[in-house]
Amino acid sequence: MSQHLISDVTQAYLRDDLPEFQPGDNVKVSVKIKEGARERIQVFEGLVIKRQGGGVSETFTVRKVSYGVGVERTFPVHTPSIASIQVVRRGKVRRAKLHYIRGLSAKASRIKERR
Amino acid sequence: MAKGILGTKIGMTQIFDEAGKLVPVTIVRCEPNVVLQKKTVETDGYEAVQLGYKDQRVSLANKPKLGHFAKSNTKPKRYVKEIAGQELGNFEVGQEIKVNIFEAGEPIDVTGTSKGKGFQGVIKRHNQSRGPMTHGSRYHRGPGSMGPIDPNHVRKGKNLPGQMGNETVTIQNLEIVKVDLERDLLLIKGNVPGPRRGLVMVRRAVKAEAIPPLDPAQYVTTQNTSSEEPVE
Repeated sequence: MSQHLISDVTQAYLRDDLPEFQPGDNVKVSVKIKEGARERIQVFEGLVIKRQGGGVSETFTVRKVSYGVGVERTFPVHTPSIASIQVVRRGKVRRAKLHYIRGLSAKASRIKERR
Repeated sequence: MAKGILGTKIGMTQIFDEAGKLVPVTIVRCEPNVVLQKKTVETDGYEAVQLGYKDQRVSLANKPKLGHFAKSNTKPKRYVKEIAGQELGNFEVGQEIKVNIFEAGEPIDVTGTSKGKGFQGVIKRHNQSRGPMTHGSRYHRGPGSMGPIDPNHVRKGKNLPGQMGNETVTIQNLEIVKVDLERDLLLIKGNVPGPRRGLVMVRRAVKAEAIPPLDPAQYVTTQNTSSEEPVE
């Protein structure tokens, strides 16, 4: 009964307007950023290396290589501060967590496209 | 002292605030509490209201209890607790107190019985450090020195092994994130003492500024819905 109540409470916070994506996909995440009074949108594009957790607490991590430095950013899936997510490319991978990508060179870290 | 309500800890989850930040919350379910008795300075020497929470089977209550619950015209209650102070003093015996006596953003204290850990040593119980496990140290997880030899006894307050947990704990100055009157829920920022399904008492924070006594007319929608027929 308690689990039922918890999911009832968090139901209102879940978003269903975002596309499906999974580890191995390349996505463009548009993040709302507040600067004082005004709001602007910043795009973070990269490879989804994992999805973690469940329900309202679920998060995903996007990795990109920026000026030769690997950058990873983790977002809650259901956060209202994500304006939109666009799936650029679907990748074919054989595991759920792509941590091995961190140690690979750009050439070795290529992922086959899923069709 | 404070206005308050009894409830059951349901569990923890997270919700988003207006800024899009995840806030950790504990859900506490407070089905309507019934005012069973009012204590006054004239009769009892202090001011308080006695609240009953959660219906109990009639067969579980003894005769003196049944008589007490009959006065407020309710079914027997499993938990009976007093909330000191005059904030709830305007409520009459038999009236229901619901979660809407609180509002979002209010500072509260939450009292509960912490999870029992059994008989524990000083490392877990008092956060002491351990000695080296090797190199012939022969001192691993002990409680340390008993203090100076001069007093010829161990001084009071020396941290030693013993029962840990299963005691009354109050966490002060928590914040109410949301009040859900439909489901009788309070969403409290952070954690709350005790296991899931444990009894907790939610009161306005003692360190917050005092508030005038509440007007029951604003909070009572129906009187005594929990018991259509009087007991006995």
